[in-house]
Amino acid sequence: MTIATDLGTSIELTDERKPRSRLAATVRFARRNPLGAAGAAVIIVMVVVAAFADFIAPYNPVANAFDRMHEPPSLENWLGTDQYGRDVFSRIVYGSRTALLVGFASSFVGATLGLVLGVASAYFGGKIDLIFQRILDVFMAFPLIILALSVIAIFGTGAENVIIAITIPFIPRCARVVRSSALAIRELPYIDAARANGFSHARIILRHMVPNVMAPFLIMITAFVGQAILLEASLSYLGLGVQEPTPAWGLMLQGGAEEYAESAPWIAIFPGIAISLAVFGFSLFGDALRDELDPRLRSQ
Amino acid sequence: MYQYVLKRLLLMIPTLLGAALLVFLLLRLVPGDVCVLRMTGGAGYVDPKAIALCRSELGLDRSYVVQFLTFIWDFVRFDFGKSMWTGRPITEEVGLRFELSLQIAIMATITAIMLAIPLGTISAVKQNTWIDYVVRGFSIAGIAMPSFWLGILIILGLLITTKSVFGSPWMPPIKYVPIWVDPLYNLSMTIFPALATGYRYSAVATRMTRSALLEVLREDYVRTARAKGLVQKLIIRRHALRNALLPVVTIIGIEFAFLMGGLVVTEQVFNLNGLGKLFVASVSNHDYTMTQALVMLVVTIFVVTNFVVDIIYAWLDPRIRYK
Repeated sequence: MTIATDLGTSIELTDERKPRSRLAATVRFARRNPLGAAGAAVIIVMVVVAAFADFIAPYNPVANAFDRMHEPPSLENWLGTDQYGRDVFSRIVYGSRTALLVGFASSFVGATLGLVLGVASAYFGGKIDLIFQRILDVFMAFPLIILALSVIAIFGTGAENVIIAITIPFIPRCARVVRSSALAIRELPYIDAARANGFSHARIILRHMVPNVMAPFLIMITAFVGQAILLEASLSYLGLGVQEPTPAWGLMLQGGAEEYAESAPWIAIFPGIAISLAVFGFSLFGDALRDELDPRLRSQ
Repeated sequence: MYQYVLKRLLLMIPTLLGAALLVFLLLRLVPGDVCVLRMTGGAGYVDPKAIALCRSELGLDRSYVVQFLTFIWDFVRFDFGKSMWTGRPITEEVGLRFELSLQIAIMATITAIMLAIPLGTISAVKQNTWIDYVVRGFSIAGIAMPSFWLGILIILGLLITTKSVFGSPWMPPIKYVPIWVDPLYNLSMTIFPALATGYRYSAVATRMTRSALLEVLREDYVRTARAKGLVQKLIIRRHALRNALLPVVTIIGIEFAFLMGGLVVTEQVFNLNGLGKLFVASVSNHDYTMTQALVMLVVTIFVVTNFVVDIIYAWLDPRIRYK
């Protein structure tokens, strides 16, 4: 292959290097980034398990069976039973629903709000931007879990409130990253052109600036899902998240897991593996996505 | 330089004020009242007069503006007052637990540094070999594994090994004794939570070391060092690592402040009576003064660490000062 000498050949060359189909693109991605592909595989398995939980789980995840408490893993109960006789495997299968719901809902809402706020702050600039940055500083100074705990204290426990509690600390974290990307875009000629056309602020922000900061936005979302799953598990473990009898991985580790650690270690081990695998998958995929979409962010 | 330090110092004030306002408002949004909770445990009837008296004793009957200004004024004078729940001075309550949490935080930081710098270095030097993949897998696992689960596994491992070796299960002690009184006892209590938190903490720093070192290894002066025939070990140690460590030190510094927050969960697993546990208890007790003091402590540590990091950067790199 020779280096293009004029415009025509150079276009041909890029055309040739372009993948012909989605499948080919996926294969190329997997070759270039085996760890990322492994992460994507974990995510796909998790989504499939959550979607078909009714068919995969052999038992009802909330049905107590007091004649079968602390059963070790066997052919009937693949991963054993917990202190109420519930099937650990079934609870893990259904728990993936809770994890994905909380993970996706909070990261999507948090990152989207952060996206709009971050772009708006960069667009308006000046005093508004300065004040906004100071507000971000305040939120960023709070450790994630302390902010989430305070929100839980206000709204109470339960899956919906856990989503709110995890969403709020995500907003400033996304806004900060998006703002710095948007600052560069604000200076580009097409924004001036849009302004000269007399478009409204909202239109310029949403139609002209937001689409151009999609790369950091997508990276933030994937990074957040894993963190959200971890945070949900931590809150549920503290007894301040999802409540019994809802199957949730963090909750499965609370109470029984420690008390019976010695006599029934399977209660403690398997839900933790599920959490770790899920976060592992999202972290690997998020890293790969970052490398693909925005090589400048690689060092972070 | 002095101007820059002064400017950064002044910038700390709005952050601290904002944090104070945020925690003040958040706490007052929580439904419930410390007086009702203290007298009834959350249920049952109490004479409204007794509650009114309790509220006026604690100063809760004043307007929010007055309460907030008092809180700020006391904070500025380092007067934290008394816990609304136990009635004991906050400095005393916090002091009791601060030692434990600080010790675990420092030990976790040491664990993190001792893991991150060698692992990150070897991973960068052997980039894209199986060693690199193993180290990266190990560090992503550190991010993925919940520290409370790692804690449970450590306890489980201890129980099983001690039972098979000594015949009876052994658990880390839960009553705190300072390290200078009984070092062995103290360490047997703190080492496991420190390892559980430190491993997670090291994951971020390992990745940082790796990417910073990879960048430095492509610099011209590293090529020069190679060209003049320096041994690989010396190139890494004397030229590359020294220049790559700055961002690593930054991230370790910033994460240290967040470590205090992360202890909330670890202390629960190991049943340690530290600051994290105190925070959870004081939020659920509506103990406004205690929660405010704890949040301000964490936020202040964070803001001051950031300030110090910025100053060190500006001192090392004059370009930052004039931005």
